[in-house]
Amino acid sequence: MSDVSDLKVVGHSVDKLDAIALATGGEKFTADEIPPRTLYARILTSPWAHARIRKIDTTAAMKIKGVRSIITWQDVPRVAHTTAGQGFPEPSPYDSFTLDDKVRYVGDRVAAVAADTPEIARAAAEAIEVEYEQLPPIFDPRDSMKEGAPVIHDEPEARMIIPVPYDKSRNLAAQVTANVGDIEQGLAQADVVVEREFEVHQAQHCPMEPHVALAYVDGRGRLVIRTSTQVPYHVRRIVAERLQWPIGKVRVIKPRIGGGFGSKQEVLLEDIPAVLAIRTGRPVLLEYTRGEEFASSRTRHPQIIKIRAGARKDGTLTGYDLDILMNTGAYGSHALTVVCNSGSKTLPLYRWQNIRFRGTSVYTNLPVGGAYRGYGATQAYFPLEVVLDELAEKIGMDAIELRQRNHIRSGEGSPIFQALGEGTEGVAQTIGSCGLAECIEIGAREIGWKEKRGKAALQTGPIRRGVGMCCLMQGSSIPHVDLGAAYLKMNEDGSFNLLVGATDLGTGSDTVLAQVAAEVLGVPASMMTVYSSDTDLTPFDVGAYASSTTYLSGEAVAKAAREARAMIIEVASEILGCPVEDIELVNAYALARNGNKVQFSEIGRHSLYVKNQRQIQGAASHVTRKSPPPFSAQFAEVEVDTETGQVRVLKYVAAVDCGTAINPKLAEGQIQGAVLNGISYALTEEFVFDPRGRLLNNDLNYYKIFTAADLPDIRAILVPTWEPSGPFGAKSVSEIGINGPLPAISNAIYDAVGVRITRAPFTAERVLRALGRL
Amino acid sequence: MPNITLTVNGEKMTCTVAPDEKLLDTLRRLGRTDVKKGCGEGTCGSCSVLIDGRLMTSCIVFSARVDGAEIMTAAGLGTANAPHPIQTSFVKAGAVQCGFCTPGMVLATKALLDAVPKPDVSQIKMALDGNMCRCTGYVKIIEAVQDSARVLAGENEVPHE
Ligand code: FES
Ligand code: FES
Repeated sequence: MSDVSDLKVVGHSVDKLDAIALATGGEKFTADEIPPRTLYARILTSPWAHARIRKIDTTAAMKIKGVRSIITWQDVPRVAHTTAGQGFPEPSPYDSFTLDDKVRYVGDRVAAVAADTPEIARAAAEAIEVEYEQLPPIFDPRDSMKEGAPVIHDEPEARMIIPVPYDKSRNLAAQVTANVGDIEQGLAQADVVVEREFEVHQAQHCPMEPHVALAYVDGRGRLVIRTSTQVPYHVRRIVAERLQWPIGKVRVIKPRIGGGFGSKQEVLLEDIPAVLAIRTGRPVLLEYTRGEEFASSRTRHPQIIKIRAGARKDGTLTGYDLDILMNTGAYGSHALTVVCNSGSKTLPLYRWQNIRFRGTSVYTNLPVGGAYRGYGATQAYFPLEVVLDELAEKIGMDAIELRQRNHIRSGEGSPIFQALGEGTEGVAQTIGSCGLAECIEIGAREIGWKEKRGKAALQTGPIRRGVGMCCLMQGSSIPHVDLGAAYLKMNEDGSFNLLVGATDLGTGSDTVLAQVAAEVLGVPASMMTVYSSDTDLTPFDVGAYASSTTYLSGEAVAKAAREARAMIIEVASEILGCPVEDIELVNAYALARNGNKVQFSEIGRHSLYVKNQRQIQGAASHVTRKSPPPFSAQFAEVEVDTETGQVRVLKYVAAVDCGTAINPKLAEGQIQGAVLNGISYALTEEFVFDPRGRLLNNDLNYYKIFTAADLPDIRAILVPTWEPSGPFGAKSVSEIGINGPLPAISNAIYDAVGVRITRAPFTAERVLRALGRL
Repeated sequence: MPNITLTVNGEKMTCTVAPDEKLLDTLRRLGRTDVKKGCGEGTCGSCSVLIDGRLMTSCIVFSARVDGAEIMTAAGLGTANAPHPIQTSFVKAGAVQCGFCTPGMVLATKALLDAVPKPDVSQIKMALDGNMCRCTGYVKIIEAVQDSARVLAGENEVPHE
């Protein structure tokens, strides 16, 4: 099978299974079910960017009525770990502790309180007396590795548990390099060379539901954690490790999640309510306020990126030198893998004859970086796609044509796939499906490229318009690393339960996985009840990250469904008295070649109650062998006010090849959401710090995310291809969209007013400065 | 501590509230967890409710100030087995992703359509300006509002795939 035309459920926009319950407020999020006697936790955070805790006195705080427990670093096991919710062994440094006697950024943990009410917990946290010895902080990543710089992780335990470069004495959190050919020779052979420095800024996910976790010890003495997470299995492992509890005595439940975008691929809160619950014997809820979410959760890693790129007049790309300095903040969460992905997700897109890549992650005393939709690719597509425009201009070629001549195609590989993995070597692969050429063509038509590009000279007045574009790829899962598993059973009415460890965080993956199973089984998706995820009930899955769920967990579901399908056919053949080869499953019926048929409800009943009783079921797991990239071409039309510097996006087109869109409407929604987040990031979102490293705009008033009123005309266009290695031809879709706005808008600004903006976000001030008017 | 009476989704209830207690906390304490807390500062709109028919962010309303009021939350608009057309339109349009903003969004839509039965896109955008959504990019939310306006006006529903 290689197209969707004869599929009944896959490729159709069935209603998201949990949508009606969400729209009527019936679904439960973590904080929506609070057990009786629950205590409320509060974390006291550091007011200083870098300091040692000399003394901590909780006496006064403990005296406040209603305070049940206070913990400081003296009360918890000292276990170095990473908060990054990655598979084991995690490729992030073990440099974090549940609580420590050192603080490394404003917002870092100092102590935690459990009390009868949130108000008491807050008052008690404020009543804790702490004596700090201030240490010199580092705020500029360019200073981190300078001779004599303060050492942020001077504790002996900090280490990397996989063999990769790590040098805490120089604040080096991670480093990666990759070379193809000889870059100097490549640049020497070029007719034109562009050299530039870019800066991509720190920003935040802002899920509408802030981080929240509830912990209690159940009647059997097991620790139960209900938490808003993308990675329940990693939470179980990492919390058990931190608390030195057996994994089998920890249960992690993921209810509905109010968005994550990577911020919840982090074991950020869970250990605190867990420790407090164990100490008090009562349930403990820890809920971040929006302010805490800003100051003390995770961010997009900022990067300073130096580029050298060369091309010949005929459009041959002779060399690309990518040198990234990444600021991981106070802890090295995803410090290696994000910067690896800055290379691995961008460098294979074009046929560069020579490549040099170096990514360096350094500690500073600023808020901590983490996983964020796009995961390094967002940062590195900005320079790549701006520089391509510049090369095209210099050789006098249309920006689109230069890309068309050089982008990777189906059947081709890239040495980068093998060279760069998740901190270690990657996996060689050739591209199965690639619809990039079509994406470019369709997107260019939709934006009106021919009519609108390069028309600056014809415009008059202070407001100028321009168009820009970019091409993108991402991946689908981490090959040979990520594992997904599924369990499926049939009930006596012919309905099914699908249990998956894959973690729907609002993306609709429960629905997409139900569609995959339903397609295999020959039933409508409405006959599937999906449960995700609970470490006691659902099989293992690495969780929702690395664009893996549809491609990886989807295949696990398809396998489990095929097992169940075989059993259904067996039972049907017993009922119908015909050989299994003669049976087809269509619309919840088993049809025999001779025209006889039996309904699934009867098959279900028969299998459970009538004869040869057995549970019709399937269980399977899946590891991927490759990570097929989705592709996208994105186009922005902007208006630049040359008097105020204001940039407005008028229209944005994102044409995306995600293979088969299992649910086109949900896939479009992923693209639209990612694109708007990207536009908002490119234009307004930015962390602002005071001189001592305190975040000034830690609320949604002063940290501006786009609302409906700011919405430009966004067109998400699905360009179907068929990925041979994916479930029903599918690849990933959810991350790629966010990578386009930085370069597409920057290129459009150049088209409009002739200045290159290389530092994000593109605020009025930066634009005016670039125009020489400030 | 003041005693107040509220009618929440048609159900009358009396409760004691702290003088500085916010309506959001009161409602959630009373089990109305369909009202969500995204910021507690009046900026995100997840806690939106209708107070005597007016859209308000309940996290910045003192409970004691709304003694005697009629409150409607998303669950009062409709339920999974008997949804309001606005809620159905949100589902059909694909406007629900994580759904954390959705209870507030459907109420904002209700408030808009009560006042302006046939809003144009810019009216919709302005009406939803106080309700943030980080998942959808608003495109399908706007389609859902347009769709519900049509349905409520008795026009034929635009067929969805
Ligand atoms: S929680 Fe009330 S506006 Fe955000
Ligand atoms: S659907 Fe997630 S915030 Fe709106």
